[in-house]
Amino acid sequence: MARATHGMVEKRGAGLWLTHVFMILGVLVIFFPIWLAFVASTVTQSDIIRPPMPIWPGDQFLINYKSALFSGVNVPVATMLLNSLIMAVGIAVGKIIISLLSAFAIVYFKFPGRTVFFWLIFLTLMLPVEVRIVPTYEVVAGFGMLNSYSGLIFPLIASATATFLFRQFFLTIPDELAEAARVDGAGAMRFFWDIVIPMSRTNIAALFVILFIYGWNQYLWPLLITTEPEMNTIVMGIKQMFPSGDDFAHWPTIMATSILAMIPPVIVVVGMQRLFIRGLVDSEK
Amino acid sequence: MEKRVKFRGWLLPLLLIAPQVAVSAVFFFYPAGQAIWQSLFIPDPFGLSMKWVGLGNFEYLLSDRYYRASFVTTALFSILVTLSSMIPALFLAVTADRLIKGSGVYRTLLIWPYAVAPAVAGVLWLFMFNTRVGVVSWYLGQLGYDWNHVLNGGEAMGLVVVASSWGRISYNFLFFFAALQAVPRSVIEAAAIDGAHFWRRFWTIVLPLLSPTTFFLLVVNIVYSFFETFGVIHTITAGGPQQTTTILVYKVFSDGFVGQDLGSSAAQSVILLVVVGLLTVVQFKFIEKRVHY
Repeated sequence: MARATHGMVEKRGAGLWLTHVFMILGVLVIFFPIWLAFVASTVTQSDIIRPPMPIWPGDQFLINYKSALFSGVNVPVATMLLNSLIMAVGIAVGKIIISLLSAFAIVYFKFPGRTVFFWLIFLTLMLPVEVRIVPTYEVVAGFGMLNSYSGLIFPLIASATATFLFRQFFLTIPDELAEAARVDGAGAMRFFWDIVIPMSRTNIAALFVILFIYGWNQYLWPLLITTEPEMNTIVMGIKQMFPSGDDFAHWPTIMATSILAMIPPVIVVVGMQRLFIRGLVDSEK
Repeated sequence: MEKRVKFRGWLLPLLLIAPQVAVSAVFFFYPAGQAIWQSLFIPDPFGLSMKWVGLGNFEYLLSDRYYRASFVTTALFSILVTLSSMIPALFLAVTADRLIKGSGVYRTLLIWPYAVAPAVAGVLWLFMFNTRVGVVSWYLGQLGYDWNHVLNGGEAMGLVVVASSWGRISYNFLFFFAALQAVPRSVIEAAAIDGAHFWRRFWTIVLPLLSPTTFFLLVVNIVYSFFETFGVIHTITAGGPQQTTTILVYKVFSDGFVGQDLGSSAAQSVILLVVVGLLTVVQFKFIEKRVHY
């Protein structure tokens, strides 16, 4: 039965207004830091270093964003945006591909060492990159992969969350489909392409959303392995814009960069809300 | 669970699994093994050779005042982050759940801070509380309170806790809201007919029904505050002042990369590995339990 018919427990009149007031207050408090960042990205440096800064946007929007995007502090922010995009897409696509293949092998085949492989992959669930940074850094340096996209991407796809999700999903695909494919003489790969992949579309999309945000928001790993400003990602590059000495940081540029750093993941989350929520719930199960 | 239908052959599956095994071996198992191996050695003062010390690094760490302090800091930090991200989220979710219309709009307005990277959140909060230009610190100054998280350890901790919890409220809100929507209306109705007012219903019916979600979120938020808040701490305090915000993960970084103390850093990695292992076991135990509900 529709919830609206159960009027008795929902609030009406004054109570309803109060509920909206609470929600709006909550939203405003959550929004406040971003509003300030946005305002700071539209005013001049002198507006900011004489506190209190203005509370409404100024007229420097175009100037500040243009100077951030095309000059930046150490490197143009446009370069950092591109690096972040390549890293985030690389991690999401790479992890999805290797996970689809290995989950398919584990679910649909019996092969020597299957159980061992399964448990080895399972173990990788347990250790975030933050814990093994020093030796992982040495491996990447040894391969000459510092300041490279492959160095940014590969160590972060070495975890099995996605493999597990796909394994769980493949186990729910009816056996009749595989049976029918075999009777028709279709090989395993044909079954994989024609049946398994199309059926996994939603799961793949949901996982892509989660992994894209995960990759985009990485901080420690790019901080360690991108020593050249040209390879900085935007999320770790913001901190590099602060001067080391006692000088004033150039806040309008830094805040414009912060806003630019949030836009892609926020668009993904809000634009693909359903997939995002599904991916979130799936990947935490 | 197993499939009844299997495809034949062993070469193809090995080829299919090879990319994942290769990536895991090179970037996961080898470095993890190295961490364990290095934790048993100390480099000589010239960095030319490694000297076997057995569990010496661990003994040293556990007797080290700063390392023990870092454990306490981490515990305090993760408790504070977990509470200050879960309680507001539960409050907002309960409030949104009372609305017949419009809760979807609020959900959209509330979820997106989740997409903001912890390091970016750190910069935003640093800006608000900056000792020279921060708006909030300026107004606090007007009220006669001299905010200085650069010198005051308590204020530094408060700031990294708030900055770490902020985006996390969205995440917890989503899970609480979904769980609340799944509470059967008929149960609430029955209680309402029996004369139970809102708070009584909340404490006796809704909260117990939310307990699986709450427990799940507790574990996930503790894991988050242990490992994913590095960006917040690095941007706002860099572990200071006087290591009052140096959590365990930050110490692995600062001892390993800034201090170049590889043996100690590796031993810290191994200890963290044990901590993650325990948390994972707790998480899986819980999930097993939830399946039987």
